[in-house]
Amino acid sequence: MTTANVYQQRPDSGAKAESSLHHANLAGLIGKGRKNPGVIVREKKLLGHLTLRGDAKDPAFAEGVHKALGLELPVALSLVAKDQTSLQWMGPDEWLLIVPGGQEFAVEQALRAALAGLHISVVNVSGGQQLLELSGPNVREVLMKSTSYDVHPDNFPVGKAVGTVFAKSQLVIRHTGEDTWELLIRRSFSDYWWLWLQDAAAQYGLSVEA
Amino acid sequence: MLHIFCPHCGELRSEEEFHASGQAHIPRPLDPGSCTDAEWGDYMFFRDNPRGLHHELWNHVAGCRQFFNATRNTLTYEILETYLIGSKPQFTEQAAPLTTTATRELGEKV
Repeated sequence: MTTANVYQQRPDSGAKAESSLHHANLAGLIGKGRKNPGVIVREKKLLGHLTLRGDAKDPAFAEGVHKALGLELPVALSLVAKDQTSLQWMGPDEWLLIVPGGQEFAVEQALRAALAGLHISVVNVSGGQQLLELSGPNVREVLMKSTSYDVHPDNFPVGKAVGTVFAKSQLVIRHTGEDTWELLIRRSFSDYWWLWLQDAAAQYGLSVEA
Repeated sequence: MLHIFCPHCGELRSEEEFHASGQAHIPRPLDPGSCTDAEWGDYMFFRDNPRGLHHELWNHVAGCRQFFNATRNTLTYEILETYLIGSKPQFTEQAAPLTTTATRELGEKV
């Protein structure tokens, strides 16, 4: 029996939810960028982020995760996704689960039920971080300016996700499609990343999408 | 820029992703209460500062955030191996005498 305090952390209704880039008014910038932009940024805000920890070597743990999510535990530096749900390797005993906003409470309960009796941890970190999706032909150039990590497709194929240094700080880079990348950013750094991306992508043309 | 192999991520990463956390393989006294002040002080504060091979604890702070051990030559900065905590290093001072100091007289080890 767990003593973890599991409760619905998302306000039911009426409460105004703001992402950490609310002040930048991205919605007001849609369609105002250059035509044929080299980089398109999309804020994937207010999703459910859960940090899952457990013993990767324990078959019961892998089975339980599969039972609850329908996803296999990803191996090092990789990411598995189904529909809008993704599970990412963060460390040898840590994974990040991202689900559509509003589903995190039900998913957490399903995980806890499937993993009952095992030495695990599920923590809702939705308020602490969010995703920025970058797409377009010049995204790789922007990444190359920002990080020392090799983002060439030979080294960084689709489905890979790495935590690394980026523009003097740290974040997680996820390669989700041919020309589509995601940055997992801390909320306290959101403004910094937004300013950095505007600057780094200026020469290619930056556009905001909903 | 050094490239360091993270045994958890399984690939070489640039040095700026890592943080050195001092000497490795320091066992905590099993019964701290029965330690003398000198023993506890040695455990707590005193570290080797070798000229040559050194076994160190490193943390992949920007990546998987896990600790691991590395064997590093403090003269040449060469990292001979990185290995998981709990395992034994392959390279030790006895097994692999330093080639870099062969031409130079070593001071007395104190």
